[in-house]
Amino acid sequence: MSEQLSLAKPALPSQRKGGPLLEVEGLTKHFPLRDGFLFKRQVGAVQAVDGVDFTIHEGEALGLVGESGCGKSTTGRLVTRLLEPTAGQILYQGHNITHTDRKHLAPIRSQIQMIFQDPYASLNPRQTVGTIITGPMEINHIQPPGGHEKRVRELLETVGLNPEHYNRFPHEFSGGQRQRIGIARALGMQPKLIIADEPVSALDVSIQAQVVNLLQKLQHELGIAFLFIAHDLAIVRHFSHRVAVMYLGKIMEIGNRTDIYETPRHPYTHALLSAAPEANPDDEQERIRLAGDVPSPINPPTGCRFRTRCWKAQQKCTTEEPPLLQIAGNNTGHLTACHYPQDPTTATP
Amino acid sequence: MPFLSVHDLSVQFATEDGIVKAVDGLSFDVERGRTLGIVGESGSGKSVTNLAVLGLHNPRNTAITGEIVLNGHELTGAPQRTLEKLRGNTMAMIFQDSLSALSPYYTVGRQIAEPFRKHTGASRKAARERAVEMLRRVGIPQPELRVDDYPHQFSGGMRQRAVIALALVCDPQLLIADEPTTALDVTVQAQILDLLKQLQQETGTAIIFITHDLGVVARICDDVLVMYAGRCVERGTVRDILTTPRHPYAWGLLSSVPRRKAPVDAPLRPIPGTPPSLLKPPTGCPFHPRCEFREYVGDTRCQDERPMLTLDSGRGAACHLPAEQQKSIFAEQIRPLLGRS
Amino acid sequence: MLRFLVRRMLGAVVILLLISAITYLLFFTLPSDPALLSCGKNCSPQNVTLIHKNLGLDQPVPVQYGEYMAGILFGRHLPLGTCPAPCFGLSFAGNMPIWEIIKSRYPTTLSLAIGGAAAFLTIGVGLGLISAWRQGKPIDKIAGSVSLMGQSVQIYFIGPLAIYLFADTLGWTDPGHDPDWSHGPAGSISGLILPCLVMSVIFWSNYSRQTRSLMVEQLAEDHVRTARAKGMSAAYVFFRYALRGAMGPIVTIFGIDLGSILGGAIITESTFGLHGLGQLAVSAVTQTDLPLEMGVMLFSAAAIVLFNVLIDASYAVIDPRVRLS
Repeated sequence: MSEQLSLAKPALPSQRKGGPLLEVEGLTKHFPLRDGFLFKRQVGAVQAVDGVDFTIHEGEALGLVGESGCGKSTTGRLVTRLLEPTAGQILYQGHNITHTDRKHLAPIRSQIQMIFQDPYASLNPRQTVGTIITGPMEINHIQPPGGHEKRVRELLETVGLNPEHYNRFPHEFSGGQRQRIGIARALGMQPKLIIADEPVSALDVSIQAQVVNLLQKLQHELGIAFLFIAHDLAIVRHFSHRVAVMYLGKIMEIGNRTDIYETPRHPYTHALLSAAPEANPDDEQERIRLAGDVPSPINPPTGCRFRTRCWKAQQKCTTEEPPLLQIAGNNTGHLTACHYPQDPTTATP
Repeated sequence: MPFLSVHDLSVQFATEDGIVKAVDGLSFDVERGRTLGIVGESGSGKSVTNLAVLGLHNPRNTAITGEIVLNGHELTGAPQRTLEKLRGNTMAMIFQDSLSALSPYYTVGRQIAEPFRKHTGASRKAARERAVEMLRRVGIPQPELRVDDYPHQFSGGMRQRAVIALALVCDPQLLIADEPTTALDVTVQAQILDLLKQLQQETGTAIIFITHDLGVVARICDDVLVMYAGRCVERGTVRDILTTPRHPYAWGLLSSVPRRKAPVDAPLRPIPGTPPSLLKPPTGCPFHPRCEFREYVGDTRCQDERPMLTLDSGRGAACHLPAEQQKSIFAEQIRPLLGRS
Repeated sequence: MLRFLVRRMLGAVVILLLISAITYLLFFTLPSDPALLSCGKNCSPQNVTLIHKNLGLDQPVPVQYGEYMAGILFGRHLPLGTCPAPCFGLSFAGNMPIWEIIKSRYPTTLSLAIGGAAAFLTIGVGLGLISAWRQGKPIDKIAGSVSLMGQSVQIYFIGPLAIYLFADTLGWTDPGHDPDWSHGPAGSISGLILPCLVMSVIFWSNYSRQTRSLMVEQLAEDHVRTARAKGMSAAYVFFRYALRGAMGPIVTIFGIDLGSILGGAIITESTFGLHGLGQLAVSAVTQTDLPLEMGVMLFSAAAIVLFNVLIDASYAVIDPRVRLS
């Protein structure tokens, strides 16, 4: 552990903690749709992720938000190479790992760990906690000083579980505790990057906060970078240094937390922020209401993908896809893909 | 007189491991035209309470005591025939998961028309027209075409609208909505909440809204009941509960959720521990094992004595902390975390 | 939907072709020479050569198979006489066209299958529904035990018992004989009652258990609860919602069972002395009548494959998610 910081006074998140750890360029995943009378041929594709660029620096937490079907989970799976990208590049510490074979990927994979949404489904019910956490370490030939069991007990303590529970089975734990087991398993690999896919959305409210605090503590103390995938805007704001907003497989807006939450430029970011309810009866701001549902990713709208639900859409939005750029009025690193962005002086919705 | 009055309701399930006290001595009223939010985490008894009101519990393993009075009629122990006449008619329910809440085998229109025909005796044709009208009212485009679709042909948001149309088809006077927006995206959730509010203004329906999301509560509820371990721990108006909550559990719920206006790097203040087992609920105050303020009360009172909920014009908390102390602790320790002045 | 059915039909044809090719290879290329089997004892080499020629065995195997398959579709001329389509060849014993033999046996198999299926479907599903409706009540427990007993007995045990009790001692019904529908239904039905009922026992016990568990599962579904919340009565919800959901899996096992008994019910037929396809298969095997064995086997396979296609088609009728995707 490089720096020990107490939980009560975490360090202010710096914009750049280190060099780029993960660079993603033009990342694309199309799931082919096959049909045909006798012989199946491809008749279309679900464009789950369609040309996504982002960078995560060492020790940085990037939040990925969006509604269901926007491709945020697919992006997480592509980065860990659980899915094979259709196009684009993934660079990890400068190495292109887009199509690296399993053997050469193994050492990198151990540095990129994943935490899943469903703590019930992601733990083998027939294995003890000890076996679950030791397993990946043994596969990757990690020999912690003092042996596996000692290390597991340390890890259990780190994630706030009783080290005596080494020999228990997952069903003996509550949902929040199981999520902690999943986190301990990921930590055993001494990861540099953790992909957390909706890590708290299956948990009860009071337990969510426990797990978020734990992840934040690990982030600060161990300097682990995070790709934090969630639909809950408040949790993403709480956790991430930078935030990317996805819609139908594309990034609509990306920037520092304050840029995204205080001066969002993309109408979709505005709508998303104003739709999220706050537990405050005086929160009587004017609300933007999006009509209808998200269109199908099989046949996404031409031009700007958000135009069918956008109140500012004009002819240009139909014909021309807006590039993700640092548009006039944005701070450095704040990129927006919109032809008719919101006024930068508009206060937070 | 309140439209629905629940008094000292207890619901117990017989399970292989023993008796589960899912609801324990719960009382509340719902007025016409108002929305009561029932807030709690999984296992707090909020859904069970409402299944009991509708008489939809499994009679084989469930024991219900107390009074449930709907518009002057006692429902506990009423024969199924009486309840069947009320269900879907005077009182209706919206379920959480719209995909599993609709039968995959029948068209959306038929499922909406069915209760209308049963309760009003309308003809097949009139009921179909009513179904189209209901789909239009909940904002489904081209309702005369979509009425013949099956649920799997609808998107998630549209399906939830169809479930609402189904619940409202007989103009119920009491609507129970069990986490109706939890499975939806925020933009669709906002649409559905607006829709419910608008329909309530048109019809004056009393609504019970079950949720764990205090943000949703702020948007739709008039009154709030906070449940913990099958009991009501706090009641009041939505403003009372969200701006000056008195019960430590309500404080925990508020301070464990990050909010957009709170200081960014303040850690969340979670509720320690895990919800109790209802097979063996804690003695005294059910929240005492997780309560950080029990030493303010002193001795072992919280463990020994069950705090009673006494209401003063609809407002009260079941907590041994003296009222003054509740106010000062909230003002000094909790409110600063919420990012509000 | 139509496309789906046509595709399944084509698939079924491919499967049948494969089955026929494999069985043909097994039967006719095995070391035992069909000509020797056909010729019987005291066979002279000249006789064998003649039979080879008569049976077409002097040709290469693919040609033999091609002629065999063409015969099924168009009929063929054999040195021993013409064999109209569908021609499965001639039986060694008696040189009868095999299709004629199958046709003569089929009324028995078909009657037994239809009667038996009607019996096990009504009794089995009925018992299952009663059990599910009265879950945990005494009748549920009794039905459960009866089904378990039904599943553990054998036809060759309860068959003779039933003949002794109901036919010989009580004289309520016939001990079972082949139906002859050309002489009016009365005589045929009386001979089928006992075999059908006895055969149904081993099937309906399975159906009642399956139906019960499917219904219990369906009754716990959210959409069933929604229907109750709409004010629909318990009985209405039971039949309209829960049974509808349970139907798919029941139809599946029914299709498989019906397909298999249409290919012959060997044990039931031999227990009751009936002469259906099962009996035919047994005698073909014992007499090593290879063309007959092959014909019966192909016929049974066709019945099973056909019913699998029908199951798929019925799925589309039952479930709109299948129909409309």
